[in-house]
Amino acid sequence: MSGALLSSTLELLALNPPGWGAVLLWGLWHSVLIAAGAFALGLGIGVLGAYGKIYGGPVTKDLLAVYTTVVRAVPELILILILYFAVTDALNQILVALGREKVQISGVAAGILVLGVVQGAYATEVLRGAILSVPAGQIEAARAMGMPPVMLARRVTLPLMLALALPGLANLWLIATKDTALLAVVGFAELTQATRQAASTTKAFFTFYAAAGVLYLAVSLASTLIFSVLERRARRGQRPVQG
Amino acid sequence: MIRSLLIPRRLVMLAILAVMAGLVVAYGRWEWLGNPKYQALIVRGIGNTLILLVLTMAIGMALAIPLGLAQAVGPWYLAVPARVFCSVIRGTPLLLQLFLLYYGIGSLFPGIPGIRDSWAWPILRDAWYYAVVGLSLSVAGYEGEVMRGAFKAVPHGQLEAARAMGMPRLTIFRRIWLPQALHRVLPTLGGETVLQLKATPLVAMITVVDIYAVASRVRSETLITYEPLLLLAVVYLGITGVIVTLFRWFEGRVPQRVA
Repeated sequence: MSGALLSSTLELLALNPPGWGAVLLWGLWHSVLIAAGAFALGLGIGVLGAYGKIYGGPVTKDLLAVYTTVVRAVPELILILILYFAVTDALNQILVALGREKVQISGVAAGILVLGVVQGAYATEVLRGAILSVPAGQIEAARAMGMPPVMLARRVTLPLMLALALPGLANLWLIATKDTALLAVVGFAELTQATRQAASTTKAFFTFYAAAGVLYLAVSLASTLIFSVLERRARRGQRPVQG
Repeated sequence: MIRSLLIPRRLVMLAILAVMAGLVVAYGRWEWLGNPKYQALIVRGIGNTLILLVLTMAIGMALAIPLGLAQAVGPWYLAVPARVFCSVIRGTPLLLQLFLLYYGIGSLFPGIPGIRDSWAWPILRDAWYYAVVGLSLSVAGYEGEVMRGAFKAVPHGQLEAARAMGMPRLTIFRRIWLPQALHRVLPTLGGETVLQLKATPLVAMITVVDIYAVASRVRSETLITYEPLLLLAVVYLGITGVIVTLFRWFEGRVPQRVA
């Protein structure tokens, strides 16, 4: 009985059709792709947002406060829906106004854009805290040496804050990989959506959802490992934290 | 709070916001809000969301205490399973966990002979219970990790002093250890409750009728894209505001000594 169960499970998860293993791995690849893109976009927004929150004028600060507060208070699922429809609508209206054909945005691009805006709000807060804890003397010394602002950020502030920001950023990356599952609601072909298809076609619900869980878990365990290596590297030469 | 809004640039921003909100209200399609069927659904949906939030936070925290304790001081045969449980919950998306519970495990039950006639069948068929279990386990996984840190952070001298006074172990736990650990968690608990609130709309994916499911139904029945989503955003912003205010008030009532 258990032998038959095992072989039928392996058959379902086989890489070649009629097994669904390749479909799941393809979904996983899309998930990781979207998560990586969204994380990178979020980092970009986060660096700009953090600098805006610290050094920006009063209006910039207020607008950024509204952005981070609203995005962090509304469920991601709803933000994804609103942004997805709004972005598609706006793009198509612009295209129609320009006299072009309407387009269907690719799932990966839309997913990266939508999740990136969400990630950006969290990254802004993480990076702001990290930048603020860079010793002021270091920044002042660089300024006294006549470094232009961009070079100062590149050579002093960002490398020094990296060690402090990495735990928060690792957390954000894990959130990004898990948030890609929400895109299944809009019908993107990522891992959860692929699993749903496989499960409802074969009726082997338990097998496929458990398999997808293992894949997500593998990604998150591998990420934790990579980030701990990165953190050790970013901390090299720094005194260990007492405590 | 009010005074900080009365600066000229903020007054201008508020005015712009008010004009935008006015335009949305005036030109948006809100006629479905007048429909008594939808009004009743909206009230029921918000009620279900709030019940889910409070219930799963309570069950989850109750599970998180033994999980945290097992990880902090438990023997290996309790610590290892607790750590694995927390890693699995924190390492996989909640949506997938809900699917696994409702469609995965839920699909195994009908195979058990005689279960359709038993008292448990109405419960096993109802998505509501799967949602409560899934959300509670999620809270337990995340908070178990937080409680582990909190139990470890209670100063050793406190426990040793209690032991020196001859307190039995259970009394030490009840009177010294648990209260001080909970005290440490309190500031983060407000944020965790907001995160849990943001996780509740996922239950709509397994057919539970919360406020998100109501909005989805309005969208599919009336073919209005944005207005129900905007209402949802406002509802969640409002509930978040209430949670933050409540926890701030509660924190103010708990005596705090910062060393």
